[in-house]
Amino acid sequence: MADELIKPDELLSQIDHRPSGAGWMDTPVDIRKGMYCYASNPKSVETLGLPNARPWNPLEDDWKLPENWQQIVHDGFRERLDKFRSFKVFMDICVRCGACADKCHFFIGTGDPKNMPVLRAELLRSVYRNDFTTAGKILGRLGGARPMTLDVLKEWWYYLFQCTECRRCSVFCPYGIDTAEITIMGREILNLLGLNIDWIATPVANCYRTGNHLGIQPHAFKDMLDFFVDDIEEVTGVRVQPAYMEKGADILFITPSGDVFADPGTYTCMGYMLLFHYLKEKYGLKITWSTYASEGGNFGFFTSHETMKRLNSKMYAEARRLGVKWILGGECGHMWRVISQYMDTMNGPADFLEEPVNPITGTKFENAKSTKMVHIAEFTADLIKHGKLDLDPSRNDNKIITFHDSCNPSRGMGMLDEPRYVIQNVANHFYEMPANTIREQTFCCGSGAGLNAGENMELRMAGGFPRANAVKYVHETFGVNMLACVCAIDRAALPASMGYWVPEVEVTGLHELVANALIMPGEKERETDLRGEPLPGMEE
Amino acid sequence: MNKNYMVSLIAVIVLFLIAYVGTQQGAGLQLVFGIIVPYLAVSLFVVGFARRVMGWSRSAVPFRITTTCGQQSSMPWIKQAKIDNPSSTLGVIVRMFLEIVCFRSLFRNTRMKLNGGTRLTYQLELFLWIGALAFHYAFFAVVVRHLRFFTEPVPFFVTLTEQVDGFMRMEVLYDAVQAGLPGVYMSGLVLLAAALYLFLRRVFIPQVRTISLAADFFPLFLIMGIALSGIFMRYFAKVDIVAIKALTMGLVTFRPTIPEGVSGLFFAHLFLVSILLAYFPFSKLMHLGGVFLSPTRNMTGNTRQVRHVNPWNYPVKVHTYDEYEDDFREKMIEAGLPVVKMPEEQA
Repeated sequence: MADELIKPDELLSQIDHRPSGAGWMDTPVDIRKGMYCYASNPKSVETLGLPNARPWNPLEDDWKLPENWQQIVHDGFRERLDKFRSFKVFMDICVRCGACADKCHFFIGTGDPKNMPVLRAELLRSVYRNDFTTAGKILGRLGGARPMTLDVLKEWWYYLFQCTECRRCSVFCPYGIDTAEITIMGREILNLLGLNIDWIATPVANCYRTGNHLGIQPHAFKDMLDFFVDDIEEVTGVRVQPAYMEKGADILFITPSGDVFADPGTYTCMGYMLLFHYLKEKYGLKITWSTYASEGGNFGFFTSHETMKRLNSKMYAEARRLGVKWILGGECGHMWRVISQYMDTMNGPADFLEEPVNPITGTKFENAKSTKMVHIAEFTADLIKHGKLDLDPSRNDNKIITFHDSCNPSRGMGMLDEPRYVIQNVANHFYEMPANTIREQTFCCGSGAGLNAGENMELRMAGGFPRANAVKYVHETFGVNMLACVCAIDRAALPASMGYWVPEVEVTGLHELVANALIMPGEKERETDLRGEPLPGMEE
Repeated sequence: MNKNYMVSLIAVIVLFLIAYVGTQQGAGLQLVFGIIVPYLAVSLFVVGFARRVMGWSRSAVPFRITTTCGQQSSMPWIKQAKIDNPSSTLGVIVRMFLEIVCFRSLFRNTRMKLNGGTRLTYQLELFLWIGALAFHYAFFAVVVRHLRFFTEPVPFFVTLTEQVDGFMRMEVLYDAVQAGLPGVYMSGLVLLAAALYLFLRRVFIPQVRTISLAADFFPLFLIMGIALSGIFMRYFAKVDIVAIKALTMGLVTFRPTIPEGVSGLFFAHLFLVSILLAYFPFSKLMHLGGVFLSPTRNMTGNTRQVRHVNPWNYPVKVHTYDEYEDDFREKMIEAGLPVVKMPEEQA
């Protein structure tokens, strides 16, 4: 783990982007320490009633598979080909042009040829050809086909959990082939055999029972927010009063539980609380939290479509139960992919909610008309645009900021300019990273899609290298010392990756910056920011 | 690695020889290679292509998983990327048009480099885009030109294509080339050169070499074989074009005939084309049809604005609020959180 993590220069020196030698089918998988996550805890698998719960160890030869596992894989594959046109088309039309090869952060950071998106997909395609195509059946190896064996299965598992479903490759593919889609299907099939990783399976089980990934029970959730209430009072002199499951509130707010749990997400959480208090005091807007729907993120998405739907159902259910008008969502990455591209289809139509209107500005959020869930960056940008927030951007003056687009809000939604607009209104020093590393071409933090564990730290640092390298560039060029993001996984993962690659840069959420600049009614003269660091001009 | 392209190369050469030898005096398989195989190939192509596309169409599109490559439609004062993140059908049509006609996504291609072992750079890398465009458009021009063999009278767009295609003759080759040689068509040469480039990058770029299968080399060699035999017939062997047109017109009017004087070279050329057609639906060449059906490109990005319906959406087991409250009621009450049922009501 951390103590034995290889040094950055060693990690870099072992990268070779020029694969050579034997063909990839002849290179057996080597499940290497530091690159894989521990197997799922059977108890967690059982909580959701998912199949083949059992203890197993990826390093052992025997994975304790059910006897007919090959049949399960074959049938699972076929079922998904029928259910998902994306999967079927993507299995058939790749020409292996190689445009995607050097677009993957894991390939850039490891040089492992099977981390080229095209080869990751070929791991499945080779079996697809063997099982489902005439040409593959006749030509065999020559036609790029190979039968499903235990080694192939292990290779699937190893490399499908080295993909963060960030979709950067799909931007560059001339046919729009989306490796995330292939990884999603592959992981679904692996889950049929009980082959999940614990960093996904246990959060999923937690979320199902307690309402959030971290397994925070309702009273503890309130305790944590109460703790922030004290901290906020200390910094601002204002005592905020978050509302919980308040029936008849205007808006239900849902954010990833990571923001409640760990720094620096906690400061973002305080940011939300300050903003909501401000809006209540000034405009009478009632926003409520819920402990039942206390998770914005959805690790079910990294398990199977069905699991995603089961966890996601709480959002609409709670909004309906509380009778709110619409839902406001916090800063999170894959949460927004799920909300943007899946929720309405899976658990909608949300006809019991109103089309979202910002009651303070009168703005109709036309783009969220059907889903009825608005991103807090859109909401805050709208408030700022209409001059509804009193802001003192100079309180962020000691932060020289750059913005990391999270994979999913950029490539699964297209929310690019809203957070930038907010940053530029709450802070004075903002610099973009190079064009090939931001917006729709943004690089993953390296720990998305459930890979944010401790035991795979080398993989995470390798995957985080392209992002960190771009941060390093703006750090050296413009003196950037703060990396802003709108994703809870980023706030958990990027501090580690910055610590490893660019130790001078810290990580912040968007609403931490907002709250630092926000002039609260009745506040005392602030001496520090939310982190307790002295404000500019307030240093001793 | 060698194996993948050697096998493909040998396969194409053998196929060529089979047809060439099979149609020489004495072997007498003109009927097979001139009529039966082409008809079979075209049938396989049409039926296979249609079945593939229908197969894709039968699979559901449960979710709208558009890859959004630009700013979403948001508030009116934020400029939307209407093509890269379309919210209207028109936007999708333009996006698909640019994708299919201009290979727009490939135009984004960059090459990553790790400089000095520490610093990553990404530079625009357009050779693949140029090579792919050259290859596909040259192929298209060649196909259009060949319509001359299947139409009588020859439609104006075919003649026009020929004129444009042969344009370079005036500028470059008029004096250099002896009289009597037919005008040089750029498309044939470009096709050959582009196919050669696509082949060489599969051999020399290590990443592309690793991912290449025999199925990537075979169609390239096949197309090179077709182009080479075509070029050889036109400029060097000077085959009997009148006889060939009689044969092709016979095929297309369903009055097949094998005229005198059609050379073995032509039968070999025709055989390779037949192989290409028959192979097409069972290979990666189906990207021609598939690109139209790619769900990340052919749908709008306004997924929160307009609801998408999943035809197989089914109810799932969820953990309801009531179950949740039953689990934690005492703790919630103690923490001052609102509950729906008080404990005494439970009994």
